[in-house]
Amino acid sequence: MKNYILVLFLIYSTILKAQTAEDVLARVDANMTSTNRVLESSMTIQGKRNSRTITSKTYAAGNKQSFTEYLSPASEKGTKMLKLEKQLWVYSPTTDRTIQLSGHMLRQSVMGSDLSYEDMMDDRKLSEMYESKIIGNELLGDRKTLILELTAKVVDVAYYSQKIWVDAERYVPLKQEMYAKGGKLLKQTEMKDVTKVQNRWFPLTVVYKDMLKQGDGTIFKITTIAFNQEIPAFIFTKAALKQ
Amino acid sequence: MKLALKLAYRNLIGAGLRTWLNVIVLSFSFVIIIWLKGVLMGWDYQAKTDMKQWQIAEGQWWHEAYDPFDPLSIQDSHAELPNTITPLLEEGLTEPMLFVQASIFPEGRMQSVILKGIRPEQQLFRIPSIQLDTISEELPALIGHMMAKSCRLKKGDIVTIRWRDANGTFDARDVVIAGVFASNVPAIENAQVYIPLAELQKMTLLTNQATIISFSDEKLLKDPPTSWLSKDKAFLTKQVDEMIKTKSSGQTVMYIILLFLAMLAIFDTQVLSIFRRQKEIGTYIALGYTRRQVVGLFTIEGSMHAVFAAFVGALYGVPFLSWQAKAGWTMPIDTSEFGMAIAQTLYPMYSLSLVFTTVFIVLLTTAIVSYLPSRKIAKMNPTEALRGKLQ
Repeated sequence: MKNYILVLFLIYSTILKAQTAEDVLARVDANMTSTNRVLESSMTIQGKRNSRTITSKTYAAGNKQSFTEYLSPASEKGTKMLKLEKQLWVYSPTTDRTIQLSGHMLRQSVMGSDLSYEDMMDDRKLSEMYESKIIGNELLGDRKTLILELTAKVVDVAYYSQKIWVDAERYVPLKQEMYAKGGKLLKQTEMKDVTKVQNRWFPLTVVYKDMLKQGDGTIFKITTIAFNQEIPAFIFTKAALKQ
Repeated sequence: MKLALKLAYRNLIGAGLRTWLNVIVLSFSFVIIIWLKGVLMGWDYQAKTDMKQWQIAEGQWWHEAYDPFDPLSIQDSHAELPNTITPLLEEGLTEPMLFVQASIFPEGRMQSVILKGIRPEQQLFRIPSIQLDTISEELPALIGHMMAKSCRLKKGDIVTIRWRDANGTFDARDVVIAGVFASNVPAIENAQVYIPLAELQKMTLLTNQATIISFSDEKLLKDPPTSWLSKDKAFLTKQVDEMIKTKSSGQTVMYIILLFLAMLAIFDTQVLSIFRRQKEIGTYIALGYTRRQVVGLFTIEGSMHAVFAAFVGALYGVPFLSWQAKAGWTMPIDTSEFGMAIAQTLYPMYSLSLVFTTVFIVLLTTAIVSYLPSRKIAKMNPTEALRGKLQ
């Protein structure tokens, strides 16, 4: 019996090694990116003393355009964000004004969460930004994963290197660690509730954690998601912010 | 005139306690006005000296994009050091500094800071940057005591700092607090961490770049190269000047109240004198004094209060003001929260012009206040006055 298990493990390992890291990353990108998507989500920011939840509806087209409207709580309701290329506008209903965020402002946290505006805006494919190599495999819960080490191949990336645990069957990242240039762990994300949505596996819950900060991180939960929808072009215009 | 002065002196001394009460009240005005003005002068001098020694030297060149009131400008506020700076740097006549936005995580709390790169060997500023010249596993860093207080950090503590390089890539490193310095200039302490310039340039990929360049001589400020703007001492200390101006205007109200109280006493005394000394006034006129001379006599008498007050004020004021100049005045509230250069203990400074101006203003005001009720004498009928009939 022991020998049988060993043989199976060796076969499995050989199959895994046969795949190149680039292949794995390309399949991850295929799962995680889409022409466009419409989703409703909730973001729970878990602070040191309390936590709060913000719900929103997002329309995104590729990695260049996205539009988010906050639905609750009452204090954030009606706040809208529009991203076009590298520019970001935020509309606040209380002041009825639209402001453009640029430069260092994009590096600020989104509503006190562990995510920066830049984190939210950077939707580039991992394979476009990183060189990758498989450095091992591990069992995460009951899922077998491949561990990929990513190193930046372009200069304008926020995280110089990453470690990513990819589900060996579904090609969805289950855990991601983002490192500083000097090697210090800065952020960690855990993906849960992997569900099949329109023929692709997609994690519906992501827990972001700034590893240098206290707190239990930010839980990003997708309640509904639909890929490749017909999104009116008007949505991605500044005029839509005041609608 | 000599006779008038003699008579006025005799009359005042003869009035006894009434005179001395007036004189003492007026002397308070002298001493308090000089002391308050001295405190402001001392603050002005101290603040500018502290700023010069800790922050601005004799002037600076700022990168054209740098705006200290706009933290978002820091990201783009750097340029290569001009070639003309190199020989001055070797002579210690100039000091470049690079500013980068970063986050510090003391006990897991995130706080925005400005990382300032400074040469450990610099001698232009009193910042004890030499403490950065140490060998340790972690990067040595220097902070001000206000920063240490707000982040609850002390010498020897290790804390993580996160920043982005020129390309926007995150980097983080542990730093060891190599020293905590105390200055009276919050602008160089609040939310700031000093590390060796060369290290910061390397960490951010901004080789040989700086945000500001400070100079030891004002003459060196002339003709800044492209991308740099010259800022002289007058510009850099404008904030102090404006604060002193505001405080000075506020204090003027207090001087007016003080003088008003003293003048009220003198005015009352004058009115009472003229009312009670009508027979005396009639006698003066009967002896050949003109009405104008009698008005003059009473005006001199009133004004002499100010002269007496100056002497009495000097009696206790000189020791008090000298003691204050040495011991200083410690403010009852924490000045570190003022946000500008101010020491906890202010040492008043007095100049001759301050003393003479104060004496002149008080003397002039007393003379006017003494003259006003004396005008009534001109309208008096001398025979009626001589008979002591009330007019």
